[in-house]
Amino acid sequence: MSTYAEVAPHERRHLLPLLGGYLAMLLVVLVIALPLYWIVATSLKERPDIYTVPVTWVPNPVTLENYDGVRQGVPFLTFLRNSVLITGVLTIVQVVLGVLSAFALSFLRFPGRTLVLLLIIAALMVPNQITWISNYALVSQLGWRNSFIGIIVPLAGVAFGTFLLRNHFVSLPKEIVEAAEMDHAGPFTMLWRVVLPMSWPTVIAFTLITIVNEWNQYLWPLLIAEGSDTAPLPVGLTQLQDAEGFTNWGPVMAGTVLTMLPILIVFLLLQRHMIKGLTAGAVKG
Amino acid sequence: MGQTRTGRWNRRHTLLAAALLLPNLVLLIVFTYRPLIDNIRLSFFQWNLGSPTSTFLGWDNYVEWFTSDDSRTVLWNTLIFTSVAVIGSMALGLSLALLLDQKLFGRGAVRSLVFAPFVLSGAAVGVAFQFIFTPTFGLVPDLLTTIGITPPNFYQSSGWALFMVTLTYIWKNLGYTFVIYLAALQGRRRDLDEAAEIDAASGWTRFRQVVWPQLRPATFFLLITVLLNSFQVFDVIHTMTRGGPYGNATTTMVYQIYQETYTNRRAGYGATVASIMFVALLVVTLVQVWVMERGREK
Repeated sequence: MSTYAEVAPHERRHLLPLLGGYLAMLLVVLVIALPLYWIVATSLKERPDIYTVPVTWVPNPVTLENYDGVRQGVPFLTFLRNSVLITGVLTIVQVVLGVLSAFALSFLRFPGRTLVLLLIIAALMVPNQITWISNYALVSQLGWRNSFIGIIVPLAGVAFGTFLLRNHFVSLPKEIVEAAEMDHAGPFTMLWRVVLPMSWPTVIAFTLITIVNEWNQYLWPLLIAEGSDTAPLPVGLTQLQDAEGFTNWGPVMAGTVLTMLPILIVFLLLQRHMIKGLTAGAVKG
Repeated sequence: MGQTRTGRWNRRHTLLAAALLLPNLVLLIVFTYRPLIDNIRLSFFQWNLGSPTSTFLGWDNYVEWFTSDDSRTVLWNTLIFTSVAVIGSMALGLSLALLLDQKLFGRGAVRSLVFAPFVLSGAAVGVAFQFIFTPTFGLVPDLLTTIGITPPNFYQSSGWALFMVTLTYIWKNLGYTFVIYLAALQGRRRDLDEAAEIDAASGWTRFRQVVWPQLRPATFFLLITVLLNSFQVFDVIHTMTRGGPYGNATTTMVYQIYQETYTNRRAGYGATVASIMFVALLVVTLVQVWVMERGREK
């Protein structure tokens, strides 16, 4: 022991925390990955295999019949199409409205600018839940229930994105903006040639956050989509569960995998950009 | 720059600003501000969601909510769920950020893994964890049995059901607190770390006196956003327990709004709960901002 202390005091000081670090990392991996593995494994198991006690870790044999079960139980492709449509339209609308609003608030001078900015920021403080009941009544009156318009339009206003992008726009180097103004650049040249080229990372981050949020919308589509015609995947998944009567977990887990997979792929490809948007404004005081 | 301060706005700018801002403003006014006010109006009425007529009740809905046993349970559930979710996910997120800020082999992959559940649909996670907690053939009961613990029935006992739902929520949202804390750690002043190391401060002292003060803005930001988000949880509860067992064991305020409005068809009463929730959230947020501002002045 004494020789160990003499030879490498440094090593000894760092070895234990290092070992602890790897053990902790292993534990983290298990806690996060095990449920995910379990969902996928279950979706590939044959029916009796799912209900074995104690549980079996590897599907034996591996089968895709649960994925067929999803299509038989519910119109999966319709849900997928609905999700893509709702997410796609909402994302485009929110990014465009967010960029335009933030641009107006940062670079145009007009009366009431501060008031408008406050109105948009204050909307961030209104919890969605307080708007459900009244919006549901309004959408019903307009005859928009069970329609894409009814799902999309009430969700289309952009408070967070306007706030995020405006904060970014006003932080852009003044010299460049002023130089463009001196050259008598029109507002659209300014937006397209000067502001946006310096802002793509923030715009992309906001786009990705929006995609994640809208893909995962649950309560509002649950209220508005009555049948399967307009329901997005998360709502469709609950319909599958009801159709399966809380017993047939194979297809339900296959449906869960299919609901999670698209957004997981987007995330794995683009996580850096996504994280940038989440952390903007959070870290500095 | 001085000239820009006083009304250099001109008609062209004003017209253009109106064109750019109006669509967004109209959407926010019609679907955020209008229902906010309309909800407060509705909270004084008895109204079945479908009917064209409603009855004015005055403060009756509020009196009912503040005096009923049900709402005591709901309030309790909301407080427990929210505080455990906030404290749990922030403490775990910070621990993970500290862990994965170190130079460990494979930390990049583990970072992605920790963040991944945050992008998943809450409804899908709820469905998945409902299966994972199922008695007899579920993963969690099985693992507990393996290590010699008799698993509780998460769907029969009120306390365990609330615990299960909270745990699921933390699992899903941990990635968010983790990412914010990690970014804050990476943006901190490393030279201070080195100074502390030369002073041979112990790990804990170093954390408390050097690192933690620098994480204040992130902590404050998380406190507000995680509190607001977890207060509003719906999808996980709806897919896992539908507010049960025994009627309302996992019913939080947001779930109560849903149930009263859509299941019991008491939209007026649902609006009352929503209004109470709104005021509570507003007060909590304002208090937090006030505390933060005071802290900054010192």
